[in-house]
Amino acid sequence: MCLAVPVKVVECLDDGQALIDAGGVSKAIDVSLLETVAPGDYVIVHVGFAINRLDTEEAERTLAMIRELGLELGEST
Amino acid sequence: MSSNVKPGYVRPVDFRRGIVDLAHGGGGRAMSQLIDELFRREFDNPWLDQGNDNALLARPEGRLVMATDSHVVSPLFFPGGDIGSLSVHGTLNDVAMSGARPVALSAGFILEEGFPLADLRRIVQSMAAAARDAGVPVVTGDTKVVERGKGDGVFINTTGIGVVPEGVHLSGDRARPGDAILVNGTLGDHGVAILSQREGLSFGTGIVSDSAALHGLVADMLANAPGLRCLRDPTRGGLAATLNELARQSQVGLVVEEDALPVREEVKAACELLGLDPLYVANEGKLVAICPSGEVEAVLGALRAHPLGRDAAVIGRVVEDPHHFVRMETSFGGARNVDWLAGEQLPRIC
Amino acid sequence: MKYVDEFRDGRLARRLAAAIAEETRSDRRYHIMEFCGGHTHAISRYGLRDLLPDTIRFIHGPGCPVCVLPIGCIDNAIEIARHPDTVLCTYGDTLRVPASGGISLLKAKAAGADVRMVYSAMDALALAERHPEREVVFFAIGFETTTPPTAVVVQAAEARGLTNFSVFCNHVLTPAAIQNILESPEVRELGTVPLDAFIGPSHVSAVIGSRPYEYFAEEYQKPVVISGFEPLDVLQSVLMLVRQLNEGRFEVENQFIRAVNRDGNRQAQRRVAEVFELRKSSEWRGLGEVPYGALRIRERYRDFDAEHRFALRYRSVADAKACECGAILRGLKQPWDCKVFGTVCTPENPIGSCMVSAEGACSAYYTYGRFRDGRAGQPTREEVIHVQ
Repeated sequence: MCLAVPVKVVECLDDGQALIDAGGVSKAIDVSLLETVAPGDYVIVHVGFAINRLDTEEAERTLAMIRELGLELGEST
Repeated sequence: MSSNVKPGYVRPVDFRRGIVDLAHGGGGRAMSQLIDELFRREFDNPWLDQGNDNALLARPEGRLVMATDSHVVSPLFFPGGDIGSLSVHGTLNDVAMSGARPVALSAGFILEEGFPLADLRRIVQSMAAAARDAGVPVVTGDTKVVERGKGDGVFINTTGIGVVPEGVHLSGDRARPGDAILVNGTLGDHGVAILSQREGLSFGTGIVSDSAALHGLVADMLANAPGLRCLRDPTRGGLAATLNELARQSQVGLVVEEDALPVREEVKAACELLGLDPLYVANEGKLVAICPSGEVEAVLGALRAHPLGRDAAVIGRVVEDPHHFVRMETSFGGARNVDWLAGEQLPRIC
Repeated sequence: MKYVDEFRDGRLARRLAAAIAEETRSDRRYHIMEFCGGHTHAISRYGLRDLLPDTIRFIHGPGCPVCVLPIGCIDNAIEIARHPDTVLCTYGDTLRVPASGGISLLKAKAAGADVRMVYSAMDALALAERHPEREVVFFAIGFETTTPPTAVVVQAAEARGLTNFSVFCNHVLTPAAIQNILESPEVRELGTVPLDAFIGPSHVSAVIGSRPYEYFAEEYQKPVVISGFEPLDVLQSVLMLVRQLNEGRFEVENQFIRAVNRDGNRQAQRRVAEVFELRKSSEWRGLGEVPYGALRIRERYRDFDAEHRFALRYRSVADAKACECGAILRGLKQPWDCKVFGTVCTPENPIGSCMVSAEGACSAYYTYGRFRDGRAGQPTREEVIHVQ
């Protein structure tokens, strides 16, 4: 349920709107559910609204953890 | 058509501010004028100039193929094309999938009262350009006007005929286990280009419709790989629908590899945003080809040598399967069914 | 797409699967309920079950807002749409859900009702602004993820002084549904539905945070791992749950740490609390009456409440007799246990709601898993047809 995708904020517009980029697709979304947003932030968008931020450092950390797992198992990268 | 009679007795059609009214389909002067000043002028060929309600064509050598397609699209103008060029390409491709060289097209217009004549002219011009580029004349046509509210601006039906060369036998029932499946390029471009313009969904993307006439490409493929088994254009319902049709017709199973499918990043992204699957999104300038495994290189070479086949790829293979399923090997080494589309693919939230 | 593609890496998926295989014990089974349809969809869409050992058993939970929508609600939505000069705006998901008498919103539309699909609740509001002469109603469905946007729209409608816009609120709550499952006799009196652990919602949790699940973990001694919807997320969460179960722990862990913290999105929670309040009880498809499991619009925003404006009366309608959606949503049965699955009930002609939504358990199996010849569900490795 709740189809949502991480997108990058490109520009803040008026009225709680922001222009985002998602893999080369740009769209205006509503960011009024977030305290603050700035260009460069990643947010998670659902039905045209940013419902929360995406913490890019945590995302990298999660990926790093998954990658390490393979190494533990003795696989070569 | 010069004449000594003073020409000013007929006001020219106002293509700047004018709109379609019922008289344009009524059989009177207005209709005749629209035909002369728009359709005949733009399509510009000896058959229309004869002014008959039919077109007399010389009997061609070989087997004839015929296909028809009615075009309804919203919006009428979209990145990479419009309903006019689409109505030419769509039908030409249906003809071309038999391996035929298309020879003539007909066009039937259903216009809605109130439709701007400027838009109609733009559409007809685009249609004429597409027909010219394809080298196939629009030899006969028809215009009807429906009351306001009973149409969606303009609907266009086109019918095409073509000639299948000697020795060419393409058919959806000819796929055999062991054959290879190819496509000529990226999937889902047309559907995403259309969606990007829809009210409420509107988004910006560099994606343009792939709408194109494929018979030139088909001729090149046949010249290089005479053993080609079948061709089909994956339009509505996308690649998934086409593969399921072919599996059922040929009574085989098809297996496609997820990693091998050419899909543009932007198309993937738009599909993520809208909850769609690129496999089910429409194409208008794509074909699926099935050939014996020994001819893969020949087909791929012919495809990649042509501008409309640069991103061509081998996407899978034909297998034995009593259920005639289409399966996908996912990037994960898992497998899943690629089913028919159920109803229309709708943007979704969950 | 950044932060999507990385989590769909097939090679890493196989590593995770290998780690899971290494850590699972062969003398036990791991019954894991993925609450969300999003996880059900990911499992089917990416063929994840083929990668996992047989000891991992997925139980598909009721976390699909379309699937839990009772027939009576769709009936009411159709009733609204049939009012003269009224436009019903809805997310695409609800259009094909079967209502009473073989009708759906799509069929009501074909018969003349003005039903329009919108991508965002904001589009419904914009429509109301453009057409002051029409009554515009937004059919609001969804869990906590989808509720804040509806709250924003209700407040925007008030701020813009719109008098022709209202919301038919059918928002539902995740924790109430989880509690309902845990309290059900099938789960409590061990046996019929063995349930060891939960994969918790990703985007719902981005809004409500991880705190609400702490109670379940502690009270019912079931581990919960909040998980992203991408395939690597799901696999990593399975590994985390396997470890918890092996070690006898029952904690709330957060795999989706890139978007979820303990508190969630406070701003969104505040907007929701301003506009909505709990319903004492509401009907859920499959779960029956769920106490405090749904929201309604507060008195303060009554002018924007379609239930009030159209004087709607809710009538409960029983599911089709042969349909097992109820039992499937509670994890009692699997889609292939249902007599009408794949025969009478297909995505083209859905009898139950689990076949309508792309992420409903029945639809996911029908669409993605049917090549396993219907018996599939939890297929053993031998059952999987491997292509040579």
